[in-house]
Amino acid sequence: MTEQLVENAPSAAHEVGKARRRKEDARLVTGRTTWTDNIQLPGMMYVAFLRSPMAHARITRVDTSAASGRPGVVAVYSGRDFADEQGSLPCAWPVSEDVVIPDHPPMAVDEVRYVGEAVACVVATDRYRAADALEAIEIDYEPLDPVLDMTEALAEGSTKVHDAGNQAFTWKFAGGDIEEAFRDAPVVIERTYVQQRLIPSAMEPRAVVATTDGDAFTLYSATQIPHILRVMLALTTGIPEHKLRVIAPDVGGGFGSKLQVTAEEVLALLLTRRLGRPVKWTESRSEGNLTVHHGRDQLQRISVAADRDGRVRGVKVDLLADMGAYLMLVTPGVPLLGAFMYNGIYKMDAYDFSCTGVFTTKMPTDAYRGAGRPEATFAIERAMDELAHELGMDPVELRRRNWITHEEFPYTTICGLTYDSGNYEAATERALALLGYDKLRAEQADRRDRRDPVQLGIGVSTFTEMCGLAPSRVLGSLSYGAGGWEHASVRMLPTGKVEVVTGSSPHGQGHETAWSQIVADALGVPFEDVSVLHGDTSVSHKGMDTYGSRSLAVGGVAVLAACEKVKDRAKELAAHLLEASADDIEFADGTFKVRGTGAGRTIQELALATFAAHDLPDGFEPALDADATFDPDNFSFPHGTHLCAIEVDTETGASKIRTYVAVDDVGSVVNPLIVEGQVHGGIAQGIAQALFEEAVYDTEGNLLTTTMADYLIPSAADLPDFVTDRTETPATTNPLGVKGVGEAGTIASTPAVVNAIVDALRPYGVNDVRMPCTPERIWRTVTEADPAIWAGPTAAGNNIGDSAGPPATGGDTTDWAGPTVAGDDITGSAAEGGAR
Amino acid sequence: MPRITVNVDGIAYEEEVEPRLLLVHLLRDRLGKTGTPIGCDTGNCGACTVMLDGQSAKSCSVLAVQADGSDVVTVEGLARGGEWHPMQRAFHEEHALQCGYCTPGMIMAAIDLLRDDPDPSEEAVREGLEGNLCRCTGYCNIVRAVRRGAAEMSRRSASESSAQEVPAP
Repeated sequence: MTEQLVENAPSAAHEVGKARRRKEDARLVTGRTTWTDNIQLPGMMYVAFLRSPMAHARITRVDTSAASGRPGVVAVYSGRDFADEQGSLPCAWPVSEDVVIPDHPPMAVDEVRYVGEAVACVVATDRYRAADALEAIEIDYEPLDPVLDMTEALAEGSTKVHDAGNQAFTWKFAGGDIEEAFRDAPVVIERTYVQQRLIPSAMEPRAVVATTDGDAFTLYSATQIPHILRVMLALTTGIPEHKLRVIAPDVGGGFGSKLQVTAEEVLALLLTRRLGRPVKWTESRSEGNLTVHHGRDQLQRISVAADRDGRVRGVKVDLLADMGAYLMLVTPGVPLLGAFMYNGIYKMDAYDFSCTGVFTTKMPTDAYRGAGRPEATFAIERAMDELAHELGMDPVELRRRNWITHEEFPYTTICGLTYDSGNYEAATERALALLGYDKLRAEQADRRDRRDPVQLGIGVSTFTEMCGLAPSRVLGSLSYGAGGWEHASVRMLPTGKVEVVTGSSPHGQGHETAWSQIVADALGVPFEDVSVLHGDTSVSHKGMDTYGSRSLAVGGVAVLAACEKVKDRAKELAAHLLEASADDIEFADGTFKVRGTGAGRTIQELALATFAAHDLPDGFEPALDADATFDPDNFSFPHGTHLCAIEVDTETGASKIRTYVAVDDVGSVVNPLIVEGQVHGGIAQGIAQALFEEAVYDTEGNLLTTTMADYLIPSAADLPDFVTDRTETPATTNPLGVKGVGEAGTIASTPAVVNAIVDALRPYGVNDVRMPCTPERIWRTVTEADPAIWAGPTAAGNNIGDSAGPPATGGDTTDWAGPTVAGDDITGSAAEGGAR
Repeated sequence: MPRITVNVDGIAYEEEVEPRLLLVHLLRDRLGKTGTPIGCDTGNCGACTVMLDGQSAKSCSVLAVQADGSDVVTVEGLARGGEWHPMQRAFHEEHALQCGYCTPGMIMAAIDLLRDDPDPSEEAVREGLEGNLCRCTGYCNIVRAVRRGAAEMSRRSASESSAQEVPAP
């Protein structure tokens, strides 16, 4: 970090670009936060949910009478008690004509379809008594067969998750002549990749507090989407929208998992309505792992046709996407967000994409950091490495031969997206230099020559992604149920201080700091004089909230637009007070001056003048305040080059990232400190998918990874320091020149790491290791490789792989929901978790 | 119900508690000390870390009755005279937090780590904080913050001891 500390430096213009320390930190480092679970209201009761222990069953009997008599218990309800008023949890993205959106009662009434589905609840005077009473609820289940494997789910005669069958939707998209591209193609690479199921694992568990004054309702929730939630809860519960206030107080991370309308939010409102008193529910981590929506879980088949010189002719993609048991808020839309990204940064003649959404008896999936784009980027970047290997070409050289060159922007891709700007060459050159690419390749060759048991792999990932979700028209054309605009208000207070209201809803991103920097520059006011309000629908009455790396590229630009309106009004007032023509007024450093004279008024003086309102132009409303709504006409396309050098011990399967280099281009930067932090965290989450994390269900449909001892979120000891740098190619689609950064690291890093592992194991004939690439998986892959390919020291020492079968190809096998895989993971998880 | 006395951030409390009440629930629900959050319930994430008689403890894994007669320091009790603890300051300066949910526990664990190793290497910090999980930062800036906080704490204790050595005029 080269920027000097600016904490106490005097404010000046050009706040944008400065590494300002965050305003948010004061309450967070001292514990003066307002997490939802902190909220205590007079007379508040605690809610606990009884959850289905079966993956699939009919509910045949419910008896809550014993629980009702327990000490401290106020009420006990089952799904049937709310059957007439609980409605159905919404899906806002009916992606296709054929989409099946099953009824999704917040508490199951007749049938349960995943382990963890709420079936009853207790309201009691404290959380311990609520939990105690759950034990006294009696429920009889008639078991039905679980449906756990997508391929089996689609087979004729499979048990149906819903009456309409197990196919949720099909969706196709094509560009160019794919038959032509593949006909007589000299090289075709075909691979199958498994995007394992992930648990988003925000550090703050979900929590909800609901209260009513008998007329209106207030819901506090650990949510990313207070505005969307308000609309959806109004539609679901019938509480009129203007009688419902939603507040997202301090929210401890989301990563997509809090982009949801949950059963618990609906039921908290209904319980408050029925009981007339405040209620709180906070999940345990185990409850969260079971019932916070999961991420990824796709089976990807990708084919790449190319010429011998490496030129890509076309890409074909066929996906199965596991929806889980229901379609939640944007469940079916997640694969669509990847559908336009399997071409990556490359030029090609044709593209063909098809996707089938599949119901299973597991927790529903939905948005998780990157949502669709990590899956797409993984597949194309893995396939490009496979193609490079097939052609005997350096993987960076192959990418060079196919990527869009910087002179070609704006470039309309085979998917019809127009990438506005980028410079893949510059980012890649810088990344190669930072890694010391050539030197590491030499070391790799040396280790291969020596048959070193510790092999070195270098993984390449040159990515772009579509984010800054936005364009409302495009979202509409994809059948998404809402727009993509963002709203902001700027209020000039009488003393010259500024309140900014933003419709995006932070949960760690640093909006209060970044927005203050934008406003400080735009209005010429000190950074310290700006405060940013958010997350309460009574304060921020309009908004589309935070997801899809949209806050700055849409919401930040809306703030700038509102400032411009404030300035226009201030200029008119200044002209009046200075008895000049508005055309002669110039603005700099917070002062409106008559050109060529010393006479001027500061924006603070003008704000006070509107408060007094003694001397305003005729018809001038006594305020400088302004609202603005921004709806860009294109997505944002950050890009970058991530390189991973990893050492793989072929005798133990242990892997260790030696160097991780990320050069990201997120356009112009408002706060480099925040950008770097987002990149760091994103890389860590992508590495976590590559190496550590998987939500594992057993053959009965029980989730085995219900705690943080079983679901391995990496600790500091599991990760290296990251080498990060940036190139800056401003976006041309917004006046700040900014692109999204929240998801970029996660999108880029997973293929970089897996490419590195496979690269290390190439001498063994390995062309894939299924994620997460645990030591056990790596070890099995190496030991099961055909020793004839390379009778290295490891293969000679471990003859397990000698027996039979083709060379190990990891992810090409589709045994992914089978008992063997599950068993492998339990062992791996327990061993690693125990060490923590 | 057992009656316990516990000193939390300098205030003595006397409470009747169920034997099963967790220390973290005593702090949060009974004493209003909500600066210490709960992340996982199983002692894995460390978000609830406090100082219990001078040593770090995960307060979701301690019963309130076990803290009877003890001195508890939470993140809320670190500042002195309105000035943040050097480790709080270092987390801020190094941008070692995003959502901030893990931060109270991370800061308490970091301070505890320095009791054994006042000048930890990067690797020592990473190993030492293995029991505290963060989902936002990727840990790079946390490691930098802990080392920065350590340097500042060493500087302060050196200047304090040299101040004591100055002979009276």
